[in-house]
Amino acid sequence: MSGSTIRTPTAEFMRRFMRQRVALVALAVIMLIVLAALFAPLVAPFEPAAPDYDSILEGPSAVHWLGTDAYGRDVLSRIIWGGRVSLTVGFLSVALGAVFGVMIGLVSGFFGGWLDALLMRLMDVLLAFPGIILAIGVVALLGPGIDNVIYAIAVFSVPVFARLVRGSTLELKQTLYLQAARSIGVKAPMLMFRHILPGAMPGVIVYASLRLGTSILTAASLSFIGLGARPPSAEWGAMLADGRSYLGVADHLTLFPGLAIFALVLAFNLLGDGLRDALDQKLR
Amino acid sequence: MLAYLLKRLGGTIPVLVAVSIFVFGFVHALPGDPARLEAGPEATPADIEAIRVDMGLDGPIWSQYTRWLGHTLQGELGRSTKTRQPVARVIGERFMPTLWLTVISMIWATIAGIAIGVLSGIKRGKWQDKAGMVIAISGVSFPSFWLGLLLIDLFSVRLGWLPTGGYEGWQSFVMPAFTLGIGVAAVMARFTRSAFVEVAQADFVRTARMKGLSDGVVAWKHTLRNAMIPVITLTGLQFGFLLGGAIVVETVFSWPGLGRLLVDSVSFRDYPVIQAEIMLFSIEFVLINLAVDLLYALANPEIRLQ
Repeated sequence: MSGSTIRTPTAEFMRRFMRQRVALVALAVIMLIVLAALFAPLVAPFEPAAPDYDSILEGPSAVHWLGTDAYGRDVLSRIIWGGRVSLTVGFLSVALGAVFGVMIGLVSGFFGGWLDALLMRLMDVLLAFPGIILAIGVVALLGPGIDNVIYAIAVFSVPVFARLVRGSTLELKQTLYLQAARSIGVKAPMLMFRHILPGAMPGVIVYASLRLGTSILTAASLSFIGLGARPPSAEWGAMLADGRSYLGVADHLTLFPGLAIFALVLAFNLLGDGLRDALDQKLR
Repeated sequence: MLAYLLKRLGGTIPVLVAVSIFVFGFVHALPGDPARLEAGPEATPADIEAIRVDMGLDGPIWSQYTRWLGHTLQGELGRSTKTRQPVARVIGERFMPTLWLTVISMIWATIAGIAIGVLSGIKRGKWQDKAGMVIAISGVSFPSFWLGLLLIDLFSVRLGWLPTGGYEGWQSFVMPAFTLGIGVAAVMARFTRSAFVEVAQADFVRTARMKGLSDGVVAWKHTLRNAMIPVITLTGLQFGFLLGGAIVVETVFSWPGLGRLLVDSVSFRDYPVIQAEIMLFSIEFVLINLAVDLLYALANPEIRLQ
């Protein structure tokens, strides 16, 4: 805290965050991609699935800014529409993983004892599977498809959030204000959700941003190896799998969808870093 | 140290048991009747019933589990539904290519990652630091399959220097190992830098500096040694990441390893192979974590004594 001004934690956070120039640029990039995806029907210059056999595998031009694919479909339009898939998978899987992980972490840290031991061993087992292998297991079980990819990726976000929130809960349980609340007879659910959860949220938000990057990358990987969104879909990983056949012939099919994934993942990672610095938390 | 070793080994067993239950449950949850699958299309209901009894599928679930576990421990993993070959042989053929690829990737990524991290730590705030960290955060965010395709485009299609894929000679290792390792190198660099910076602020480093030791001696003998302890842990975790990453990289470079086998098995719904592979990957991961913990205890006596 500098000088004599006293700021609320939120104002202090905003002040620190506004100084993170890289994170602000990252946030702008994310907003741009989110808006483009939201308003895809208005923004995209062409229909993403409409073939045009008169302009097949064309390089970037004034008409098709990022060129066309093997069916003459406009690459820019497909990338804009594909953003919907990647963002949906990312947000839903992280939200799902965070909700379950936060609940498990809160309960585990708050009640302790055998319940804590059991839940944490369970999380250890989930962590014992490298993420993508777990995801492939889930996809093998439920069948390929983008819905199942969401569940698959959510599953391996759960232990990450559970461990984080458990740690914060253990710490916050010792605070004076919590002991005060407990001493006046506040019930356990109220203690957990009103008094502990808000204190654990900053860490959850930082992790969520970093997990979004990882989840989008994993979803694209699964689509690329043919276990996620199927090729006719404009998903970025699936587009890359398509473009692979035209390496050296139509490099723009490989270059641009990959660039889209890279930009979005990088933006989420930089935003996560910036949030972490602004919150001044020792998180890794 | 022996007591710690035994304690740690004991702790691994419940995790392995849980993993095996998970994998067994996975197979059990699959649609389809294994007895019917084993019997083939022309079997009569009586034949199927006989096979069901023979396979122990008529017993209660826990006896099916112990039976399956017994077979698995003896390396009897069944036959691939696609090729009818024993699963153990299918996996055995694919094991070495993946092992070589991950080990080579791990070695270069560790060396490069630590070197970049230390350089950034020493030159904190200077351009070397900034450049190193830009490389690091980009490396974490780079889709490995995209990098692989770009490398193939440049070095194979355009320049013709390296093969596009396959597993022959050292040339075929260059691009896959680079692609697989880059993410690990990036994570190692970031982590080494933060560990280095943290240790550099410790009292004993200041003391060493005050004694008049040279910057090089302080950096290498005092700071780096202590910064390496958390880095060891990370190395182990990254190995698991590499195993996962190998799945994608092997697909890009047509590498005849376990990763591509897994992808193919999922596409063909070759469940005996999927099951064995998930089990194998998990066991490897658990054992690596065990090895890391032991290394960690060797490097840091405090852990042993707790």
